[in-house]
Amino acid sequence: MPKPQLAKDPYNIIISGVGGQGNIMASRVIAGMLALNGYNITIGETFGSSQRGGSVMSHIRVSQESVWSPQIPKCTADFIISLEPSEAIRVLADYGNKNTVVVTNDRPVHSIQVISGAMNYPSNVQIEAFFAKYTARSYMVNATEEAIKLGAPILANIIIIGASVGINLLPVDREDFKSIISQQVKPQFVDKNVSAFDIGVKKVSTLK
Amino acid sequence: MVVKVHPLLDQKEGSLHLYLGNEAIVRGALEGGVSVAAAYPGTPSSEILEGFSRIGKSRHMYVEWSVNEKVSCEVAAAASFSGLRSLCAMKQNGINVASDFLLHLALSGIRAGMVLVACEDPGALSSQNEAESRYFARLLEVPVLEPGNFQELKDMTAWAFDLSEQLHQFVIVRSCTRLSHASGIVKLGKLPEPADMAHFHFDGGLLDPLTGPMHSNPASLRHNWQQEKLKKARSIFEDSAFNSYQGSENPELLIITGSAANLYSKEAVHMLGLKDRVGIVKIGTTWPLPQDLVKKHLAKASHILFVEEVLPFMEEQVKMLAGENAAEVGIKTFYGKNDGTLPMTGELNPDIVMTSLAKIFNIKVDTAPQEWSYYAAVDAQKLVPGRELTFCAGCPHRASYWSIHNALQMVGREGFVNGDVGCYGLAIISAGFYVMKSHFSMGSGTGLASGFGKLREFGMEQPVLSVCGDSTFFHAAMPALVNAVHNKSNIIMVILDNGGTAMTGFQPHPGLKIDAMGNSSMPAINIEAVCSAIGAKTRVCDPFDLSATKDALLEFLEDTEGTKVLILKQMCALSPEKRSIKQYRMSVDKSLCLADTCGCNRLCTRVFRCPGLRWDPAAKATSIDEVVCNGCGVCADICPTGAIQKVKNPEAAKGHAKATVS
Repeated sequence: MPKPQLAKDPYNIIISGVGGQGNIMASRVIAGMLALNGYNITIGETFGSSQRGGSVMSHIRVSQESVWSPQIPKCTADFIISLEPSEAIRVLADYGNKNTVVVTNDRPVHSIQVISGAMNYPSNVQIEAFFAKYTARSYMVNATEEAIKLGAPILANIIIIGASVGINLLPVDREDFKSIISQQVKPQFVDKNVSAFDIGVKKVSTLK
Repeated sequence: MVVKVHPLLDQKEGSLHLYLGNEAIVRGALEGGVSVAAAYPGTPSSEILEGFSRIGKSRHMYVEWSVNEKVSCEVAAAASFSGLRSLCAMKQNGINVASDFLLHLALSGIRAGMVLVACEDPGALSSQNEAESRYFARLLEVPVLEPGNFQELKDMTAWAFDLSEQLHQFVIVRSCTRLSHASGIVKLGKLPEPADMAHFHFDGGLLDPLTGPMHSNPASLRHNWQQEKLKKARSIFEDSAFNSYQGSENPELLIITGSAANLYSKEAVHMLGLKDRVGIVKIGTTWPLPQDLVKKHLAKASHILFVEEVLPFMEEQVKMLAGENAAEVGIKTFYGKNDGTLPMTGELNPDIVMTSLAKIFNIKVDTAPQEWSYYAAVDAQKLVPGRELTFCAGCPHRASYWSIHNALQMVGREGFVNGDVGCYGLAIISAGFYVMKSHFSMGSGTGLASGFGKLREFGMEQPVLSVCGDSTFFHAAMPALVNAVHNKSNIIMVILDNGGTAMTGFQPHPGLKIDAMGNSSMPAINIEAVCSAIGAKTRVCDPFDLSATKDALLEFLEDTEGTKVLILKQMCALSPEKRSIKQYRMSVDKSLCLADTCGCNRLCTRVFRCPGLRWDPAAKATSIDEVVCNGCGVCADICPTGAIQKVKNPEAAKGHAKATVS
């Protein structure tokens, strides 16, 4: 199958989640796959001490031509990939528009305001309704649940990468993933990461 | 077998790599022939020395995590004096720490090229201030370079070594969070063989900066030399390719910018379709400003906008220049921070620059349907709960502060904690039960405590505590402890020893056997022995042992004589040693959990609030979030009904990490 063309230039991807979910690794893998295909990439990352239990976000700019700002302008995200559902909503409202596509993990990470009972976490029905109202297309994938089955919840990020590649918006494929993940993890973990990627591709295909 | 070459050591000139900004700086230094690199960790600079530490051995470099930023500059300067090119890297606060030495060094000058990389944090995303080195550079009277993209992070760092040798002066390269913690494609240059012979020559004349002893006297003479170096830098900068212009020869508006703001300006001009009406002057050699070059550009337009972070540094310089040369460059209308076109504080982004441009050109910004944005924001606001910062699940600090909070409550008398820089600073908010009542710079908690502890004779009865981390102890808290002990200040210093410089990514410090070069048998300085030797009554506890910790605190709180040190020793939940090994498997026995009707009023989820716990308001039950919980077991010890239960994890008992997957 030929790789799809990017919808516009620069194409803007945001990876969001909560500190500790493997957000930065996910952004590097996706950016690495795109760089492998000859694109000029800029990634802007928000991480560091300010992120203990807080929201984290990476902005990826993909262009044939130029270096772009590591912060994307508001309302111009083309694709939001989220490791946590409420973070996908937060980022969509801030950086998205009616044409934005969302792929998100469906597993909530409760903030301490939710744990204490001071605030309520939205139900999956509410979250899906939000996406239905405000996105072009959205996919909620039970990535953490599948990763637990693989014995490593952290692999949810790789499953989400698989799902994001699986919807055929990005000009990258499974071989690109294999080549990038081989640079990122020890050789003995490559196969497990590739299995997680495949699960993501498969899961998202059932949602279409 | 194919040996995998580290991406930073790719020998192939012209090849392209996706580098983190800080990696581009490392590669630039390698291309500039650096032999010695030293740093103290600090966001967003830490990945620079981490990069060197990965490849130092194979490049025959000396790489060091120094005890603090001042010492890192001294280590780098020693290399420079001995003929080796050197680099030190720090966050903006580090320059304050190093400034005492740097003010001397700027007078004495250097020998082999020496580069100070200052990674700054406009918007204070991971900092307690948004200070900047450009003003320091002016105070120090040394040049500062500001790369404006990823390629320049590499190229300008490499060039800074040559410049430094030309001037016999150290050079500051200024980066920021949005460059250092961003990634972009970098085209590689040649990787030279680093120098490997060092010798410190000192037998020339007393005043010969190249062969004599290194010192800063007499200041009157050397200050003059220093100014001559700046003049020379200015003339080199006039022709630098790192200053560029993009736009027509007669733009309606000229933007003068640099650093990450250069990228925001470019984006904003593109988004608004103003390419033909706006010219962008990108300055890479910010200080001393290349005046002839700037004058040449100023003549192009009558309206000038400054886009820079954070304070109006270039704006001030250029306005002074325009004032002095009004007859030549003409009368200008200036927009920038001074007139409020751009905010005076905080970081910029493309949207802020776009808004300013739209105002100047009187055009409407319309990037998304206004209606969509409005309703999406309103609905998201209703739906998405806040995410207040807190300690990680299983963090020893939460347990430490739990005991400190409870001990202070039991004693009464409004006791309080003075803190400093580290994750543990979160005790000023709910994460640490609000016990921290002062929070300043590295080591300041103990210095302030030393002062508070002497106010008893003025009738102050409040118990005084300080906290500091293990890395901070070595960095800046030791002199404060010496001060407290010597002056018999009645305080309790709590050292939160989590086994590394945790907040910035677990870099080693002098209390550990490991170092930046990968050695694992370095002499580890024992904190307990140091505190005892200084003369403090010293105790060590495991903060996960809540009752022992509380007892030690209560005993110290009753002891009104002199300085006490309590070392709360427990590894960070994210440490490489602990990661992915749960000490305990946690569960909740639903039949024992009384939830809202429990007399404890939900200590676990309402007060302790570890992210590994969950509260289901519909089912009125506490549970464990298996994915988030790190298995420290502390919540089982605070549950009065025994509903939260812990069972030793057999895998943890084996004492080695279970296989991780990434």
